[in-house]
Amino acid sequence: MSEAHSALAEQFRDLEQQREVASLGMWVFLVTEIMFFGGLFLAYAVARFLHPEAFAEASHHLNVALGGINTAVLIASSLTMALAVHAAQVGQRRALMGFLTLTAALGCVFLLIKGIEYADKFQHHLVPGSAFSFAGPEARPAELFFSLYFAMTGLHALHMVIGVGVVVVLLVRAWKGRYSVQYHIPIEVAGLYWHFVDIIWIFLFPLLYLIDIHH
Amino acid sequence: MPEHIVSRKLYFLICGILLSLTLLTWGVALINLGRWNIVLALAIAFSKATLVALFFMHLRYSPRRTQLTLVAGLFWLGILLLLTMSDYLTR
Repeated sequence: MSEAHSALAEQFRDLEQQREVASLGMWVFLVTEIMFFGGLFLAYAVARFLHPEAFAEASHHLNVALGGINTAVLIASSLTMALAVHAAQVGQRRALMGFLTLTAALGCVFLLIKGIEYADKFQHHLVPGSAFSFAGPEARPAELFFSLYFAMTGLHALHMVIGVGVVVVLLVRAWKGRYSVQYHIPIEVAGLYWHFVDIIWIFLFPLLYLIDIHH
Repeated sequence: MPEHIVSRKLYFLICGILLSLTLLTWGVALINLGRWNIVLALAIAFSKATLVALFFMHLRYSPRRTQLTLVAGLFWLGILLLLTMSDYLTR
């Protein structure tokens, strides 16, 4: 029998088994996340069905260009995260650190653009609350649209903040030389989380920004 | 199941397809197709999500139990969405 790796937890036979369990654990967590976001997507579907005109009009106040750029930024960040996992698998420490840095940087770019969008909504009194103002008879359902917009994109942005934090921790550990061809489970598992957050945005962008722009 | 290493080339290819589909969903949204707008938008989003899961998240190369875990989750999500919407859509 080969010498046990220092990262091998005692309940596992080998790192191979530990990797499979860690990956499955993350997938189970992601399934709970699907249900978590699923409730919001359902609320959006119901509210949009009940107030189609108000939702179409309210969605015109979103910045499609910034939303589209952010979609590209997130897809690019998923590519760099996938390349980071690849670098870890083949034991390229410098490439791993480079791709993790790029991933965190792209995550920050996404959050920055999201912040610009939020600031614009504050300026135009589109944030639900006492300062909310929307011309026309459908102000109430329009406010509902923006409540859902902030809840969904806000929860997504929170996931991005956590993701960037996780990637930075991995970067520091990679710099310390913790990961190798034999052991890089955390990189892989964090990758799963990162790609999941990308998938949520893949649905948010068309549903919130795009489906009514032809009106 | 030994670890599967996906080639960098495939990652770049998937990324290219995802960006193309983003442009496609944008372009399609500019045309008025009535209720087909939302159907197409969701179909494209679902295709993109599938590509991310299969290749970026290695689902294609994962054990059956991992794939089944996701399918079970999507099944419950389907119950949540379909049963609720079938109520609202038929009132």
